[in-house]
Parts: sequence; C-alpha cells; structure tokens
Amino acid sequence: MKKVQLKFMMLIGGLLASTIAAAEYGMNLRKGVTEFSETAYGMHTFTLWICIFIGIAVFGAMIVSIFKHRKSKGYNPEQFSHSTTAEVIWTIIPILILIVIAIPATTALIQMENPTTEEGKRLPMDMTIKITGYQWKWKYDYMDEGISFISSLAREHNIARQKGSGIDVSTIENYLLEVDNPLVIPVDTNIRFLLTADDVIHAWWVPDFGWKRDAIPGFVNEAWTNVKTPGTYRGQCAELCGKDHGFMPIVVEAVSKEDYAKWMADQKGEQETETQMVDVEWTKEQLMAKGEAVYNTQCATCHLPTGAGMPPAFPALAGSEVVNGPASAQIDLVLNGKPGTAMQGFGAILSETDIAAAITYTRNSFDNTAGDVVQPATVKSMKQ
Amino acid sequence: MSQDITHDEVAHGHHDHDHKPKGFVKRWLMTTNHKDIGTLYLVFAFAMFILGGAMAMIIRLELFQPGLQFVEPAFFNQMTTMHALIMVFGAVMPAFVGLANWMIPLMIGAPDMALPRMNNWSFWILPFAFTMLSATLFMPGGAPAGGWTMYPPLVLQGGHNVGFLVFSVHMMGISSIMGAINVIATIMNMRAPNVGYLNMPLFVWTWLITAFLLIAVMPVLAGAVTMLLTDRYFDTSFFNAAGGGDPVLFQHIFWFFGHPEVYIMILPAFGVISEIIPTFARKPLFGYVSMVYATAGIAFLSFIVWAHHMFSVGMPLGGSLYFMYATMMIAVPTGVKIFNWVATMWRGSMTFETPMLFSLAFVVLFTIGGFSGVMMALAPVDLQYHDTYFIVAHFHYVLVTGAVYALIAGAYYWLPKWSGHMYNERLGKIHFWWSTISVNVLFFPQHFLGLAGMPRRIPDYSTQFAEFNMMSSIGGFAFGLAQVFFIYIVWKTVKGGDKATAQVWEGAKGLEWTVPSPAPHHTFEEFGPVDLDKMAHGKNH
Repeated sequence: MKKVQLKFMMLIGGLLASTIAAAEYGMNLRKGVTEFSETAYGMHTFTLWICIFIGIAVFGAMIVSIFKHRKSKGYNPEQFSHSTTAEVIWTIIPILILIVIAIPATTALIQMENPTTEEGKRLPMDMTIKITGYQWKWKYDYMDEGISFISSLAREHNIARQKGSGIDVSTIENYLLEVDNPLVIPVDTNIRFLLTADDVIHAWWVPDFGWKRDAIPGFVNEAWTNVKTPGTYRGQCAELCGKDHGFMPIVVEAVSKEDYAKWMADQKGEQETETQMVDVEWTKEQLMAKGEAVYNTQCATCHLPTGAGMPPAFPALAGSEVVNGPASAQIDLVLNGKPGTAMQGFGAILSETDIAAAITYTRNSFDNTAGDVVQPATVKSMKQ
Repeated sequence: MSQDITHDEVAHGHHDHDHKPKGFVKRWLMTTNHKDIGTLYLVFAFAMFILGGAMAMIIRLELFQPGLQFVEPAFFNQMTTMHALIMVFGAVMPAFVGLANWMIPLMIGAPDMALPRMNNWSFWILPFAFTMLSATLFMPGGAPAGGWTMYPPLVLQGGHNVGFLVFSVHMMGISSIMGAINVIATIMNMRAPNVGYLNMPLFVWTWLITAFLLIAVMPVLAGAVTMLLTDRYFDTSFFNAAGGGDPVLFQHIFWFFGHPEVYIMILPAFGVISEIIPTFARKPLFGYVSMVYATAGIAFLSFIVWAHHMFSVGMPLGGSLYFMYATMMIAVPTGVKIFNWVATMWRGSMTFETPMLFSLAFVVLFTIGGFSGVMMALAPVDLQYHDTYFIVAHFHYVLVTGAVYALIAGAYYWLPKWSGHMYNERLGKIHFWWSTISVNVLFFPQHFLGLAGMPRRIPDYSTQFAEFNMMSSIGGFAFGLAQVFFIYIVWKTVKGGDKATAQVWEGAKGLEWTVPSPAPHHTFEEFGPVDLDKMAHGKNH
C-alpha cells in the first residue's frame, strides 16, 4: 500500500514538474507588446475564466449526480421531465454572460479596424509598409522610403530542416524562426501595413503584435500596429500556402527611432551601390559565386540544391532544355514566370544582378553545358 | 425486388424465416433492405475511419519530433488534406447515415426507408468516390494538398488531382443528398399512423433537421467545386484575381456550406446521446420539446455565421461584428442541450455500461470543445487563435470526442440489437478508458501549442513546441491502437457472445426494443398504430 502511495506521489510530482518545465516553453497566449495584443490577452483570460467557472458548475453537477444518483447506491429514479423555470434560467443567464463578453470585444475590434485617438479623431499613421507574400518568402516595401527587400528562412535553418540533413535541430537557436533579412521598424510609431500576395493566400502573423491578417492575391488588406518595447519578435505564415508553408518565418526587429533612421540610411546606401553595379561588366567567377548564394536561397526550395527538381511539379534544371538553350528564353522565364505553375516571375522580387547571377550559375552547374555568362545589364534591358 | 427474391427462394426451397436473400451479390450489392444498407454504411464508414486514422498516424509520427524525419512537406500536406476529407465525408457522415438507415424505420414503426432503391444507389456511390479520391495518392504530383477547405488559388496548383478531387466531392454530395431525401421522405410519410412529430425519438428529430441542412448546403459545395473545376480546366476566372475574379468569394461559398456541415456532423450525435442518457439514467429525457427547438435553432443559426471562419480575411468592421454576435448566439441553444442532459442524469438511477460511459465523456469533452468555440467567436481574440493548433484542438474535441464518441456510444448501444449478441462489457470498458485517456493526451496539449503560437498544417516546428507535440503524438498512437481494439470487440460480438434479449437494456424505451434481437430482416411489415407508451420520450411522457 505504502509503495502504491509513493508511486502516486511521484506521479503527481512528476506532472507538476513537467507543468513548470512546460511553462518555460509557453502554454498560454502571449501578452505581447502592443495595446491590441494586451487587450486580446485580457479578453482571452477573462473568457477562459468564465468558461472554467461554467465548467466547474456543469461538470460539478454531473459528478455529484454520477456519485449520488446511481443504481448501485439504490437511488430510485424520479420521473420529472421538464421545468419551465429551470429552462428559462439557463437560457437567460448564458445570454447575459455573452453580452458581458461581447461589449469589450466590440470595443477592441473597433480600435483594430478604425483606430481613433483619445479625442475620437482618426489615428494618424506615421509610416506605411507593404507586405507581399510569395511562395515561400515575404517582401517588405517601405513605401515612404522606396526601400524594399525579400525576407526568407535563414540558410542554416533551411539546410537543417531538409529531411535526412543529419543535423540535430535542437542545437539551432530559434529553429525555423530566423530569416536572412528581418523587418526593421521603429518603436512608438503608428505603422500601417498593407498586405497582399503574388501567388496564393498567405497570412502575416506575429503573435506579440496580437493579430494576423491574410495576404491575398488581388486584394490589399490593411492592419496597423504600434510597438512599445524594442526587441526581436518572431512569427510565421499562418495560412496554408503550399509545401513550404511551415518554412516562411517572420522576424521583426523593433528598434529605437534613432537606430531605425541609421538603419534606413544604410539600406539606402546599399541600394545605391547595387543599382550602380548593374551596369558594370561582371566576371564569370563573380557571377558564379553570387549565383550560388542566390540559387540556394531562392531556387533550391523547388529545384533542389542539385538541380534535380521534383518533377512533375518542379522540373529539373540539370539537363533542362531551357537552361541549356538560348539565354534570352531563360531570362524571360525567370523574369515573368510560367502562368499556371508554381514558377513565379522573379522580375519584381530579385534585383537584375541576382537574376543574372542565378541564371549564370544554373547554366554552368549540374553538368549543364550552356557555358555562357548572363550580365546584369542584359537582364535590365530585357526587363524594360 | 425483395418480394421477387422471396418468391424465388421459396420456389427453390431455401426458405428462411428471415427472408434474407442468399449469396453475396444479392444480399449486399443488390440490397434494398434498410438494415443491410445501414450495415454497409457503418462498415464502409469504419473502414474509412481506419484509413483516415492511418493518415493521422503519419501526421503525428512526423510531428513527434522537430525536424523532418519521415515524410517530405508536400506529402505531409497531402496527408492533412486527405485525412480531413476522408474523416468528414467518408467516416463521420456515412456512419450517421448508417445509423439513420438502421434505426429510423425501427424507431417510427416503418417497414423500411421510403426510397429503398435510391438507398442502395446512394450507398454504392461512396466506395467509387473514395477509391477515386484515394487513387490520387498514386498519381504523379500526388493527392490534393491544399487543405480540405480547398482554397484557391492554392488548390488549383494541384495539377491533375483537381479534377479527381472535384468529381469525387460531387459524388459524395450526390450520395448525401439522396440519403437526406430518403430520410426526410421516410420520416414524413412512413411513421406509424398514430406517431406524431412530437412523439418521435430525438434521434429521429435531429436527423430530420440534419437532412434539411444537407439538402440546403451540399449543392452549394457542389457549385463551389464546379467553379474550381472550370477555373482549372476551362479558363474561367471565378476565383482568379488576375482575371477579375475573387479568391475570397470561394471562402464565403465554402463556409456557407462548411458551417452547416459541422452541424450535420454533430446534430445526429446529439440525437444518439439523447437516446442513451435517459436509458441508463432510467429517467425520461429532460426538456424534450426544448431539445427539439434547440436543435432547430442551432440549425438555423448555422446558416448565418459562416464568416467566423474568416475573421482574418479582412472583412469590413460591420461584417466582423455581425458574425461575432451571431456566432456567440449558438452558445445559447447548445447550452440548453448540455443542461438538459445533466438534468436528465440528475436524480436518475444511473448505471455505467459502455454506451453510457462514452455518452458521459461526450457531454464533458464536447462542452470543452464548446468553450473554446465561444472563445474563438470573439473576433479580436480570434486574430490570435485563427489557424493555430488551438483551432485544431477545438474541432477535434467537437468532432472526435463529440461526433465520433457519439458514434462509438451508438454502436455499443445498438450492437446487441443488430447482432443479437451482447458485447463483452469488460472489454468495452477497457476500450472506453483507453480511448478517453489517450484522446485527451492527444488533443489537450494542442490547446497549449496553439496559444504558444504554433500554426496548424506545418510539418516541422520550432523546438519550443517539442514537448507538447511529443505528448500529443504519444496520445495519438495510443488512441489509434484503441480503435483497432474496437474492431476486435465488435468482431467478437458479431461472431458470438451472450444472447441479447429484445429489451437489451433495463431502462431502454423505444420501438426498436420491441422487436427481437437480432432485429429480423423485415420489421413492422404491417402498417398500423403502435403502442405510444413504448416510444422513447416525446410528448406522450
């Protein structure tokens, strides 16, 4: 008997310990770092407690009944089959509870959709960022600054997540929640997000901001946020968008306004250099080196690092007629995509240099024999 | 037809007091008997349950640990999509049609379903539909992988499987509509002459309302998938933004079908539970009339709440508010049902045979699913919950511990009537505890995963989600195994066991308990009034 008790105590202790350990990994909604996320957290907690309370009442009555009103205790069944009073009470009370929950929910939703200042004026937005979803990456456009870039799963993570990579993913920090180029935003700023997509529907979600919103081709959706605390906030695509839906994370770095200004200046400088480099004659080695990097982040998801592809959905580049044929046809395909397939047009996503480098790389790798070099300037001329 | 067969058999001297046709083809392929068709539906549904369950096992196996160990992401998406399609259209819906076929005529004193030949056809479409759907797994490009919700433009990237998907959904829809017409025609025309609508057992009522839902929404689904088909193959642009179409339109149409659909899966379950609890509480169902009104109320509300599946899609404020309020209203009639079941138990004289255990677990676990439903109805918070594992936990609580538990409870409850044998009570209880513990280990941690930020439909996840995923997978394997054990229990019961009496359960009421066990091939052959005191609940009490 003692032994059984001991075992029972150990089980309970083990369960408690695992609960504490689990708390570290998060088992509740995050409070987040915006006013909206805090409101959502508050409503979640409030509603959860109401549910727990009702649960205790209903299940309590059931448990009492199960233990008291059982045949083995010789309980004689009563034969009542309705009570108008009881039925009216348990119709009215839930309605009242629902009204109590609905009032704060209405206020919160209005503030999300039609934000106003404390004086009741429309809340002014300080800056606008356009978010475009692609299979399987995000593009961020700082509309007021003319800066834009692609953000996709960080390379180290992309290698580790391949089936049979042999890498222990628990050794990788923030596994699957790291990108090459994070979105950088200033704190204490009203930021308007415009969301759309190029191919299929995606959803942009950072739990710490308290909302997700679909990015839909042909639609421009709107959302806003104002982050109070500097920090790195991570999220993921939340709408099934194809095979690599699980591998298009979102990382937002909220920094002070000064740091943001500095970062923005750097971005503009880099963009300028990049524009100048388009008209420069590149050597084959330069293009191959850059091309390998671009290929592995942008193309290898579908066409695989070996160029073998996954036919029929994702054709092989090794030995491909297009890749071994005239360069202009391949440039056209990469720039404009192939309608009705997963091959998207990269003209709006990648720079001329990146496209030229990636094409050069494919034409001279995987035993392909085209042997020629595609210059960024050529891509630029074809784009126009 | 059965008449002809009978004469034929008499002529050949194979007289059987049951008038069962001989030979596999005549007995099963050409059957027009509601009991045999009911059995076919139930066996088919269980086979699909095992197939869909096997896919769930693959999903849980891949999610056992972070990192990709067993399948590629593209195949993982095929598994989640096919798992849902097979479970919804292949397992749960046909299983309830099977129960309807078996029990409705027995419960209202009818000799058979009103349209027996159509009944045969509506069943035999299904094996073809699901063979075709499953065949896509072996085609180049694989099975549909865009989710059971089939959202364009993603689903249209599916290559050749789009055509197979659409055609098989059409066939399932035709089967469901025919089944529903048959149920309505039977209930309206075939009741024994003195059985009024408010004398009918609640299972019959819930099915009558469900059948109207089916007729109303299956054509809507058919329309939606037909537009997918023409977008894919005939260059239309219903949902293609580049051609002036609207991808969100599909979601509105789909969920106009999809929300009533979830009630199609749960209303008959309410009916089953409303039969079982009074039997084992030895007390009439509490609030029969309010149960009927609550069912009708839920059915009506199901048509006007669809866009709560789309709060993140970018609806106008007024739209979101309306759908939030309308959705919250569903809690009221659903609450009435829960309270009525508890009131039925209250001061009863309960015993805890396996059907009752599953029913009690249904009440508790379905309510938990209802609670998370109320939480998700709140649009501003749903912007967090939407498309996470919190949702996955929610709908598995209402569909597995809800609809599937009601089916298992119903199977144990009526198995003695069907087979003529009692199942082994000890094995039944083992099955119950094994299932109930494991199903909670399986789905409860998924609430935590969703709240902590894990999106649904992903094959791999950040290491912070590892513990709860492993727990969930262990629960999943155990729950899967428990259902294999269930096959053994049912098989053993059909093959032999203690002879069941006509009454079977001490507290059972209803016309089905007035016929012998196993129920003869033909029952209530003579049209005439029945003893209303023998009817299960209803206004006569």
